[in-house]
Amino acid sequence: MKRFFTLLLCLCLTFLVCGCNGTAIVTPPDGNELEIEYEGTYTKEFAGTTIYVYNWGEYISDGSDDSVDVNKEFEKLTGIKVNYATFESNETMYSQLKSGGVTYDIVIPSDYMIQRLISEDMLKSFDVTKLSNYHYIRDDYKSLYFDPKNIYSVPYNVGMVGIIYNKALIGEPDHSWTTLWDEKYKDMSLMFSNPRDAFMIAQMILGQDLNTTNKADWDAAAQLLKKQKKNLQSYVMDEVYGKMETGEAAIAPYYAGDFLTMYDINEDLEFFYPEEGTNIFVDSICIPASSQNTEAAKLYINFLLEPQIALANAEYIGYASPNTAVIDNPDYYYYQNEILYPAEDAVKNRQYYHNIDSEIRKYYENLWIDIKLY
Amino acid sequence: MKKRSFGNRLIAAPYLVWAAIFFVVPLVIMAYFALTDQNGVFTLSNLAEIGRYKKAFFISIGYAAIATVITLLLAYPMAYFMTKMKVSSQRMIMMIVMLPMWMNFLIRTYSWITILANTGIINTFLGYLGIEPLRLINTPGAVILGMVYDFIPYMILPIYSVMSKIEPALLEAANDLGANAGARLHRVIFPLSLPGVISGITMVFVPCVSTFYISQKLGGNKNLMIGDAIEFLFNNGPDYYNVASALSLILMVMILISLAIMNHFSDDDGGVVI
Amino acid sequence: MKALSRLYVALILLFLYAPVAVMVFFSFNEGGSVWVFTGFSTQWYEGLLENTEMLTALQHTIIIAVLSALISTVLGTAAAVGILAFRKKFSVKLSMTLTNIPMMNADIVTGVSLMLLFIFFGRLLGLTESLGFVTVLIAHITFNLPYVILSVMPKLKQLDVSLSEAALDLGCNNFQAFFKVVLPNISSGIFTGLIMAFTLSLDDFVISYFTCGHYQTLPIVIYNMTKKTVTPDVYALSTFIFISIFVLLILYNTVQSSGEKRRAKQ
Repeated sequence: MKRFFTLLLCLCLTFLVCGCNGTAIVTPPDGNELEIEYEGTYTKEFAGTTIYVYNWGEYISDGSDDSVDVNKEFEKLTGIKVNYATFESNETMYSQLKSGGVTYDIVIPSDYMIQRLISEDMLKSFDVTKLSNYHYIRDDYKSLYFDPKNIYSVPYNVGMVGIIYNKALIGEPDHSWTTLWDEKYKDMSLMFSNPRDAFMIAQMILGQDLNTTNKADWDAAAQLLKKQKKNLQSYVMDEVYGKMETGEAAIAPYYAGDFLTMYDINEDLEFFYPEEGTNIFVDSICIPASSQNTEAAKLYINFLLEPQIALANAEYIGYASPNTAVIDNPDYYYYQNEILYPAEDAVKNRQYYHNIDSEIRKYYENLWIDIKLY
Repeated sequence: MKKRSFGNRLIAAPYLVWAAIFFVVPLVIMAYFALTDQNGVFTLSNLAEIGRYKKAFFISIGYAAIATVITLLLAYPMAYFMTKMKVSSQRMIMMIVMLPMWMNFLIRTYSWITILANTGIINTFLGYLGIEPLRLINTPGAVILGMVYDFIPYMILPIYSVMSKIEPALLEAANDLGANAGARLHRVIFPLSLPGVISGITMVFVPCVSTFYISQKLGGNKNLMIGDAIEFLFNNGPDYYNVASALSLILMVMILISLAIMNHFSDDDGGVVI
Repeated sequence: MKALSRLYVALILLFLYAPVAVMVFFSFNEGGSVWVFTGFSTQWYEGLLENTEMLTALQHTIIIAVLSALISTVLGTAAAVGILAFRKKFSVKLSMTLTNIPMMNADIVTGVSLMLLFIFFGRLLGLTESLGFVTVLIAHITFNLPYVILSVMPKLKQLDVSLSEAALDLGCNNFQAFFKVVLPNISSGIFTGLIMAFTLSLDDFVISYFTCGHYQTLPIVIYNMTKKTVTPDVYALSTFIFISIFVLLILYNTVQSSGEKRRAKQ
């Protein structure tokens, strides 16, 4: 073993030196000069403090491809440092928040998860209508079922789930969720790797209510998902981008807004909303009860509602916006885009997820593990 | 009689306190979680839940065993050939073998996707030759390949270090006594290199059986290994801490048993596993 | 036979370096993909300098590696000396079994059990946030300690006790005897332990993943990146680190072998 140690030693020695190289890196001055006009007032009152933001992956304009770096602009404006982290499912976010291991000042969960967080007293309540930019939120996105009194959440993005496919690889598939079971596309199809969205697809095929509390319904959906497994290339979340953009996979269910981002890279991609119906969701900005810097967090929420910031985000993320300053702006890149803002009758049977009581929730989460182990 | 030593035994105290708090107590807490429900009441139901995860255990043990065997088969000749080289080239090759270990494990695994993907390097190359693309990525084979790749240095190193210490005189003696090359390998080198083999097997098997990430990235996230299941459960909220702890506890016991078996096979009582 | 063995060694090395080559190649990609090569560019290397998330993580990684290596070396060296002074053989054995625990355990078991401990105590103390810099540091010290002890212990065993007794006879007190006689003789073991601890800490992903909270180290940031679309900047960073090591290794090797030659001449 001595030799092994010695060898490790010499390698380590070299690394030590290299480590120093790493720290010598200096950040060049920010070259990105951009004039943004703000509607709200932002003081430097909280300068020097930090807010911890926990958001979905690929869910904020981050300065790449000459977009606005939203967090950086906020830091410049207020002097508050933004510590930004991402999650890939509502459940992971919940788990982090619930464990007490870390605290956040801003989280952006989806509707049903907000319901759950509220029911477990995990969100701070405050009068969101007092935010000076709140009036930009379109009226039909206020007082939604998960926050009827508007005291917990401010809508950030709206979306629906559909199917993305590569027409150069597989032509024109049936406009149905069952396409994802079609053996023609064996090893070329992808599937959600989070239980709620995966079950939604099976439930839509079976014509179920997405929020059913009947265990037999969940069992039937699980059976269907097990049948699908041998057909699949892989279960994915945000890895879907790379796989669809390069033609590694040919068909995948995902959120409509992400299709537009992928289409920018690969023009062979197409999108449809399946005829059985689909899930509609609202992701809203909330302040967790454990937040240590609430006032700064409110400033951040107001900042995200700023017309120009909301526009930058909507164009970068590609999701539908609840912000009238974006939707009604004719210069908006996705202005009246048919995929993001389809006509009322273009997509039937849109259903929201609701928080399901813990017994049924555990039941389907265990079914999901069974599917993964099938 | 007073035992002769370099110092006072009291200076081990900080370490022992540390070890008690951070080595032992966590395992006790884990066992506590595994044996209670969310309200802290004693229960065996978490351990009973294991039935649901038996496939994860089978897959993990199966993949890890196959990966360990392949690693051994690849590493043993490598180590043997290395000892036959000039000392200076031995050192050089040793460093070359270890160098990739300095790259982040996640990156090393991820790069394989680029190589194995349907639109990846191998299949693009086959495409130029007019050969139908092979299905490489998202298969059990890819997961095992990832394991072999990530851990093979841990097999080469101990075998090589044991082999390089075998006295050349022993081989000469065997030669003089009429042993041919095959017999020398079989009767002299192999038995003497056994401690290195054992140590290599444990150093590869333990990380393989408990890995998460490799199967998620190279296996299409379709076969949960036990490490993936533990990670998934811990990421699903405190409701699942109890079951996840039970799984971890069983994984730990399983590893301890296999280590005990390995130690049984090695006559060398040194048994220091790095 | 010789040619065959060389071919074999070459093939194994090819296997080991295929992904490395891929990584280096795609770090120079003009496009944002690590799948499709569109043209040569060094933009990802330039971009590294502006990637504050990565640089912060790199800084965190180095801080944790240095601190945990130093602390575990001091604690571990003291432990090795103290354990050898135990009178009962049983106590020595028990301590060594204890030392083996984190080494035998799978990383994931060590990681989750430490996380449970920190969360448990965090709740007990009513902390709003139980994971962070302190916990990741504790975790790293914890998995480093056994390696330090195992590299110091053999050196101590090799050392002749009469040496330090002679020092005591010649009028040194205990401290002087330790620092003037024992320490210089086991310094190579201590140094190995220090370096091993530093390396292990630098490279750790699994245990940090469960214990770091907001204090994200580089492997954690890389992990988060591979969950999204990986852009060549991760490859650029790895290539940079890899090439630095490679160059230094060659330098080190040539210096060492020329030193050996000089010694051989003398």
